[in-house]
Amino acid sequence: MNLFSQVPAGMSRRHFMKHMAGYSAMTLPAITLTNALAASVNELKKQGKSAILLWMGGGPSTIDIWDLKPGAPTGGNFKPINTTGEGQISEHMPEMAKLMKHMAIVRSMSTREADHNRGRYYMHTGYVPNPNVEHPSYGSVVAHELYDPKGPLEIPPFVSVGGGSVGPGFLGMSYAPFVVGSNGDVRNLNMGINQDRLESRMEMLAEIERGFVSSITGDNDPTNPKKITAATDHAKILQKTVNLMTSKQMDAFKVNKEDKKVQERYGTSGFAKGCLMARRLVEAGVPFVEVDLGGWDNHANVFPTLEKKLPELDMAMSALVDDLIQRGMWKDTVVFWMGEFGRTPRINGGAGRDHWARSWSVAVGGGAFKEGVVVGKTNSDGTEVETEPYSSQDLMASVMKALGISLDTTFTARNGRPMKIANSGKVIKELFA
Amino acid sequence: MLSSVRSFRPLARTSHISNPRASRVGQLGTALIGTALKIGAVSLGCLTLLGFDLPGVPLGARVAAAAKPVKATPVAAASAAKSDAASPASKAESAKSESTKPTTAKTEGAKTEGAKGESGLPQQTVYINQAIHKGWVDHEMQPSPLAPENEWCRRVYLDILGRIPTVRELDAYLSDKSAHRKRDLVDKLLSSTTVNPDNGGSYVQEYARNWTNIWMTILIGRPPAAKVNNDPTNREAMAQYLRRSFQINKPYDQFVVELVTATGSNTPEEDSRGNKYNPAVNYLTGKMDDNGVQATAKTAQIFLGLQVQCTQCHNHPFNDWKQNQFWELNAFFRQTKAKRNGTRKMVESFELVDENYKGESYKHGGGNMDQADLFYELRNGVLKVAYPVFVDGTEIDKSGDIHKINRRKQLGDLIRNSDYMNKAIVNRMWGHFFGYGFTKPVDDLGPHNQPTHPELLERLANDFRDQSHDLKQLIRWIVLSDAYSLSAKFNNSNRMDDPTLGERPAFSHFYLRQMRSEELYESLLAATEADKTRGSEDDQQKMRDDWLKQFTIAFGTDENDDVTTFNGTIPQALMMMNGDLIKKAISIEPGSFLHTVAASSSAPADKINAIYMAALARRPNGNEISRANAILMHKKGDVVGALQDVFWAVLNSNEFIIQH
Repeated sequence: MNLFSQVPAGMSRRHFMKHMAGYSAMTLPAITLTNALAASVNELKKQGKSAILLWMGGGPSTIDIWDLKPGAPTGGNFKPINTTGEGQISEHMPEMAKLMKHMAIVRSMSTREADHNRGRYYMHTGYVPNPNVEHPSYGSVVAHELYDPKGPLEIPPFVSVGGGSVGPGFLGMSYAPFVVGSNGDVRNLNMGINQDRLESRMEMLAEIERGFVSSITGDNDPTNPKKITAATDHAKILQKTVNLMTSKQMDAFKVNKEDKKVQERYGTSGFAKGCLMARRLVEAGVPFVEVDLGGWDNHANVFPTLEKKLPELDMAMSALVDDLIQRGMWKDTVVFWMGEFGRTPRINGGAGRDHWARSWSVAVGGGAFKEGVVVGKTNSDGTEVETEPYSSQDLMASVMKALGISLDTTFTARNGRPMKIANSGKVIKELFA
Repeated sequence: MLSSVRSFRPLARTSHISNPRASRVGQLGTALIGTALKIGAVSLGCLTLLGFDLPGVPLGARVAAAAKPVKATPVAAASAAKSDAASPASKAESAKSESTKPTTAKTEGAKTEGAKGESGLPQQTVYINQAIHKGWVDHEMQPSPLAPENEWCRRVYLDILGRIPTVRELDAYLSDKSAHRKRDLVDKLLSSTTVNPDNGGSYVQEYARNWTNIWMTILIGRPPAAKVNNDPTNREAMAQYLRRSFQINKPYDQFVVELVTATGSNTPEEDSRGNKYNPAVNYLTGKMDDNGVQATAKTAQIFLGLQVQCTQCHNHPFNDWKQNQFWELNAFFRQTKAKRNGTRKMVESFELVDENYKGESYKHGGGNMDQADLFYELRNGVLKVAYPVFVDGTEIDKSGDIHKINRRKQLGDLIRNSDYMNKAIVNRMWGHFFGYGFTKPVDDLGPHNQPTHPELLERLANDFRDQSHDLKQLIRWIVLSDAYSLSAKFNNSNRMDDPTLGERPAFSHFYLRQMRSEELYESLLAATEADKTRGSEDDQQKMRDDWLKQFTIAFGTDENDDVTTFNGTIPQALMMMNGDLIKKAISIEPGSFLHTVAASSSAPADKINAIYMAALARRPNGNEISRANAILMHKKGDVVGALQDVFWAVLNSNEFIIQH
């Protein structure tokens, strides 16, 4: 039961939300100003575009998935199979093999961050960690560019399923990932009081917030929203939380409402549910969804681990891609697959592979991406990229382009420094027709 | 029912604690202190005395002084006074000490006579004041005024005990007019063993509980979201060990050595091998996989402030760490094994043992135990050999024979005698109290990461070493400093002193930060007086852990990294608006806090004061009272319901959850 069903007679939801909007304006005039600015750029917002990041936490062994080296000493146990697209992929990805005519592989990723935390940050933001600036991650950037605060979307524009992702950095907590478990349960959603009372409480709260802000800043200067970020962020988050509590769109999180047959195609794992939820969220208009699949940090016994893991990935990922194509959403939805880094071509003493950033692969598809291509090439044992190497920035620029987001976009960090979107990465040309 | 008498508006504002928002106390205090007048602060708004009162100075003099604000800023005045200890609070302290003769030796702090400066403050605090003050001058910044007394009191409870003060505790502090009330309060929070009638525990116990929470996260991470099968870490035992250590204020060097060198079983009564139960082993039992790679990385990071985890596989991309150094440090852990006791499926306990290490050459048919080596792999597959060498280059005997040399014990001694250990803990503690350390992050002190106040860090580290590695002493030095006493309110000159803008902190005002989830939990209990009926420490720990789990999200790596969603985002807001803990806090069931407040015979104005004091350590301002009255009107005089709505709003406010 959500609050919506408890709206007292004579009080429409619209009326209620107007009150709530009044609340935030009262808290900080800065917010209304931001909204006015946002309104003027609304025409630029690309309606209906979304992206789904399949995040492989731990660093997947891409040499065993997308860029096999059969016969090489580094080749490992798996055989490559033909696909409907240009290249071959692992025998443990048969369902994806059927769909590769819609996807693209980049086999020439070459990065330098081979520590989990640094790699996670770098691949999510396009920047190496810097103690003085927190950069926004993919989801925050895309949400910032594609989410229309005046539009119909009531759930957060950046949802992270089953993992923590990386934060919004200087874009502020409004663009933080909304983290949910793969079962889609959102805790503490029901307040259990009527609208009228919620309104009283929010008005009281606004009064306290206003006093606190002026006690820190000495005034309520609306022209400088930066100066007390903790408080402005809090006001925005409260607004979004109230929106969420009263929204029917929360249904998008409930994967068990999906047709049983569809559920079966994705599989039963948490990642499978996450992929299905991603599709439902994109249908509801969420611009960015990240789905987390961990457990790729295979320093030992990499092959038996992958034999169990790849079928789970293959089933859910292929169902997602197929669903998006079947539903006519493929041209508006970018799907991309990556981890922090790849793994050493050399197989170590424990039959595992260690961290390796110098030569590895990612998979992308949908949106404006060219279909069925393989970009780049590694040498015979997979230890070097032989074609032009691509960085996290380049990949990020390409994903932005595939979503129709301008690469001239510039943000201003909190310290006033301008920051080009995707850290001025260059688009991977072969990914576009 | 609905009458003006029942409204929340107070009849008269006579309290010594006027609304601190409107009060100019702090500012005036700063303007006045350091001048020839050497008198305390006055709130002009309602002529109530607050905070820095100097007994014996006639009211008229104070008002006159306040009415004629002296232009001298603290910085300018301080320089003019050519006093070494020139800064707002130390001046104030010294002024007060002169007039009231400090009482002697009832606390630990007072025992170390040598540590006292002229002002009655520890000399380290005086030094902190000088060093931080110099930074303000260099940056041409004026510090913010001192925080009002009520704010300082709330701040210090939250940072030392991990919870906000109760109304009774706040009142006790605010009515203390002694010149050294700040020192007295800090000493009480750190050392008092008197049973607190409000919660049945002593401050020493609460101190131990708070620092146990903090160190649990540092040493073994937050409680996992789901139960881990055959978890090599016994969290309960770890917590017991930490509680005990903080309760007896174990010297920090001893604490570090115990954790780094512990052997024995991690679970009571599971000593089938004849190994003794030693809860300290739980720091390492879960970090010994893959030849102790995690033990190496975490020990360097936590106890030495050195981030070496990247160098496991390659030379560090931007600092001087080399891959060989990682493995030479790792060599100290090669005699150590984490062994499982019990059946294959059902592990009963883990134990940490040190035994002979023959070296990796030996495994391959060569080598000998006197040269017990290990090999690591360069990125190109070339193997290199490593023996134990400490981070400063100290080599120890290469033997792996446990009877000749115990490598982990050697490591414990090397860490204990390393300057890095003292710097790392000073930086960590500074970061705890100020929200930012001298470096960011606090556990990265490598040569590439220059601290903001290098001399101060070095001096505090040396003094910490020379004064028995006493953590409570270190806390005293920090919290009695001027910088810690400043208001969060900024002025035009120090507006840019904001680490969220990427600036290096100058500590010219207090940096706002959100409470940790553990602090919120404990503060809610304190605010609603729900801590009166608590179980044993173990039960409490379990309840708190159960609640904390909802916020923990693990990353899918083998380093067991995790992240919390208790970070100001929607899940946290939902919890604060609708969660069980809040529902309980605003419950109006008989026996609940609100029920007790509502049922008391006091006037409505006092009732609303009570809930504001409990949560925010202040009284409501005029606008807030008007708003509360509007709710009361709307609810047709239902005082309990109105109180419930107001309390909900108070608990959901920034002011409640932000340390300020």
